[in-house]
Amino acid sequence: MNLQNIIFEIEKKDPEILQKLDTRRKVMKDFARMSGKVALASMPFALGSMFQKAYGSPTDTKDIIIDTLNFALTLEYIEYNFYIKAVASGIIPTGAATTALTVIRDHEGEHVAFLKAAITASGGTPVSFTAASFDFTAKGTFPTVFSDYGVLLAVAQTFEDTGVRAYKGQAGNLISNNDVLTAALQIHSVEARHAAHVRQMRRANGALIPAGVTVKPWITLNQSGIGSPAVQPSYDGEENVVQAGVTITNIGGQAISASAASEAFDEPLTKEQVVAIVTPFFA
Amino acid sequence: MLTNQSKNVVQPIEANKSGLSRRRFLGYVGASSALLVTAASCKKDAVTTTGGVNLGSGDTGILNYAYALEQLEAAFYVMVAASPYSGITAVESAYLTDIRDHEVAHREFFKAALSTSAIQGLTPDFSSVNFADRTSVLATAKAFEDLGVTAYNGAGKLIVNPAYLTLAGKIVSVEARHAALIRDLIAPGSFADNTAINAMGLDGARTPAEVLAIAGKYIKETLNASNLPTS
Repeated sequence: MNLQNIIFEIEKKDPEILQKLDTRRKVMKDFARMSGKVALASMPFALGSMFQKAYGSPTDTKDIIIDTLNFALTLEYIEYNFYIKAVASGIIPTGAATTALTVIRDHEGEHVAFLKAAITASGGTPVSFTAASFDFTAKGTFPTVFSDYGVLLAVAQTFEDTGVRAYKGQAGNLISNNDVLTAALQIHSVEARHAAHVRQMRRANGALIPAGVTVKPWITLNQSGIGSPAVQPSYDGEENVVQAGVTITNIGGQAISASAASEAFDEPLTKEQVVAIVTPFFA
Repeated sequence: MLTNQSKNVVQPIEANKSGLSRRRFLGYVGASSALLVTAASCKKDAVTTTGGVNLGSGDTGILNYAYALEQLEAAFYVMVAASPYSGITAVESAYLTDIRDHEVAHREFFKAALSTSAIQGLTPDFSSVNFADRTSVLATAKAFEDLGVTAYNGAGKLIVNPAYLTLAGKIVSVEARHAALIRDLIAPGSFADNTAINAMGLDGARTPAEVLAIAGKYIKETLNASNLPTS
């Protein structure tokens, strides 16, 4: 993980990032100290909490909204750059599969453009990333992401399902601005449509699906449907069957299984959880 | 249990509404609101301002609005599962049964959450649907799912309590997953085509009035949405 690059990149677009993070020296010192003490696996959480401090607690409503939009823009940049490389990889079957991933790529590009313009129009400065900003092997976790179609689809599914949960987790931060909230919801449901389609592509392809698991357009319990523990944080919590204190399983005397109860509601992720999930995908 | 605690939240949130320049944002977003304005053809007066089933006001009204739509969807899929269309495949049957369970869960959730504030059970009118015919069933399902997505997307801004907003968010993405699947069953690859998504990559958003004008055709009762919030 090259933390410095991430911070420098954000600093270019948000000169106040380091004030938000305290001072560069202190940040780097803290980070170096953590690096020495903390197991590599927990590094994303450490990074997440640093960004949480920087971006998670502004008190001004306008800042909260712009920060939230920049967070969304960062996720869209990841997805857009992923699909650019995916479609260009040469391993996607021609025809329906290539067409579908191209449609999704173009939507993500439209989301990037939309959010950039929305942030600028709101008086903020959009973050910016390029292809070189990302490592879609996730530090070697998915070394064949652009040479093995099954792995490519698994990563795509994880990005889409994570994106749905990420937007859902941010809705409350946008509740004070009707137009921004509505636009975010309009992106959120597009990501869910993408997720549903990629899941069907995975079911048809069959690769990496554990025995006894059926990959459906919706998320069953906390099952990723992907034979890799690396993606599990994107699915943990989806098994929830209690909503606003109401137990959904067999609710109202209806035969609703725990699986169906979990499928019927997608669950949010916090910004910190999402940062932890996507951090390995930064170069 | 959802309670009418939203009153306490109203003031601080409203006070902050001007935090971001509305006009500047609107200047950019403006075009999106024209998305998917479907001509609402209704055979009868589906929405009234006097009498009818009163959805109520505030967050309770929005939750009742969602409850009405979920009642409609659940009733539809209960029928679909009970009388499968001719030539249904095992995979299609499993998917439609899952969707039935999701919609029944949504319906029962709103009923339980609204408790004594809940509207009555509604009487569906599916006389325009041929349940024996795959094309008719899936076209209706597509209409309901796309409508549901645009309804929740449009209602989000009308909700005051952030907890209810999150709940609506938990449901709308599942409706979007349904919409994508149904669309793919009708025409593979149409999960997010340009009849659903605009050139900025945005899904649709409809006001309650727009939604009820479309949904009313499938509900025997007349709904009174006149007390729902409008912004």
